[in-house]
Amino acid sequence: MTPIDRRGFLAGLATSGTLLLTGCGSEDPPTYGNVLRMGDRFTYSAQRLLLPRASLAREYDRRDISSTVAIGNTDPGNDHLEGFDPVWGRKWAEQAVDDFRDWRLEVAGAVDRPGLYSLEDLRRFPPRTQITKHMCEEGWSAISEWTGVPLRAVLDHAGTRTSARFVNFFSFDTNPDSIDMIDALHPQTILAYGMNGQALPHPHGAPIRLRVERQLGYKNVKFIRRIEVTEHFVDPGATGLIQSGWSWYTGI
Amino acid sequence: MTNSAHVERVAGGHRLWVRLCHWPIAVGVLVLCVSGFVILMAHPRLYWGETGNDMTPTWLELPISRNYHHGGWETPQTFQEVPSRPVSAVRTFDLFNQNGWARSLHFLAAWWLLGFGAVYGGAALALGHLRRNLLPGREGLSLRLIFGDVAAHLRRSAPVAPGPPYNLLQRWAYFIVLFLCLPLSLLTGLTMAPAVTAACPWLLDVFHGTQSARSLHFLSFCALALFVLVHVAMVVRTGFKAQLIAMIVGRSGRDA
Repeated sequence: MTPIDRRGFLAGLATSGTLLLTGCGSEDPPTYGNVLRMGDRFTYSAQRLLLPRASLAREYDRRDISSTVAIGNTDPGNDHLEGFDPVWGRKWAEQAVDDFRDWRLEVAGAVDRPGLYSLEDLRRFPPRTQITKHMCEEGWSAISEWTGVPLRAVLDHAGTRTSARFVNFFSFDTNPDSIDMIDALHPQTILAYGMNGQALPHPHGAPIRLRVERQLGYKNVKFIRRIEVTEHFVDPGATGLIQSGWSWYTGI
Repeated sequence: MTNSAHVERVAGGHRLWVRLCHWPIAVGVLVLCVSGFVILMAHPRLYWGETGNDMTPTWLELPISRNYHHGGWETPQTFQEVPSRPVSAVRTFDLFNQNGWARSLHFLAAWWLLGFGAVYGGAALALGHLRRNLLPGREGLSLRLIFGDVAAHLRRSAPVAPGPPYNLLQRWAYFIVLFLCLPLSLLTGLTMAPAVTAACPWLLDVFHGTQSARSLHFLSFCALALFVLVHVAMVVRTGFKAQLIAMIVGRSGRDA
């Protein structure tokens, strides 16, 4: 190794070290020095470290499908409900009238081919149907059948860059959220447009909702309108989970 | 066995490592009990099997929050495509739900307890505390001795000095908490974690589903809470101040 080479090698090491450090800082959800959020982040790191990243959530039989409930925001167009967004809520109500024919999913961010997808476009992807258990943080659970397009297929179609680390979801109500790439590329992570053999009912998140089967119910964002791929964790602000006092990662 | 226990008793009180572990563990258990209760208040209904929600039958509903028997539901809609005709209802009720902090605090305390529990368990095993002082041993299986101990407790003539040797009922209580309740609480807790059951689906088989695990988690909590109550009651009855000092500085006030 010539001196130049060694210098270059050391400089490279230093650069990658800096990248790694800054990367660590911005690739994890923030804690704001809050001891509860530190605990959340510890659980996140521990689960990512200890649990196999490719493990599949259990899938059930059709006869296991149970009754269920619709909670949280169940009608984004209703301005009396918590989470109403004046602009997007009205838009959702307009689009709901003709079964979301004018609805488009926007895919943007760290992708080579940002674009708009209609429900028909999404239905043209090879679908995936899975009968899985929805576990709510409140304590109840229900088994339902979900049909949709694997998120990975949409991300691939849009040309998601290898530098991408997070997928952010924006809905017609005020519940922005995000998941990391490990969950985003997981085969059971789908954008569901069907539930129990019919179109996704309005209270359950029409026209599409996220299914992320290795996390709790509230991570399964309903009423999605926009997906943004980012290279760093983005705090969506006051209405996001962390700032409203909830764990961002809910594998537990 | 009797000999070494005797020696310890003469030495008096609790060993340093026991005292150092006792209080963090006590804090962990207390925080877990309180936060767990707050979590239960959000959905005070218990079920058996994999699923359970307000549209399915419960084996126990606790009147511990305004969510008890709340009727805030729209008319349920039926999924016609599924042969069993399951329903879904929209909730209109303004739920009591403090799980944002309660859940995070619960898991933080669980990590805390796991850490100190590992230190305590490791030390108890390595230093012979477990074998000498905690396991009920062969005499623990003697009904005559157990009933004798129960009678002694009822006569209020059970030993009161802090630290080992512990009487049979104490040994059984510690044994059940250490080897039944705490492991059961940990495992049933993990069976409610979707990322954990994806990695270890056998947990769902062992406990017969998530909701069964949740019910067992609650029953294990009841047993632990009962232990804590009796534990504190016995501390009070056998000399609160002396016992407290013994668990802090190592010797009871009277002995010192």
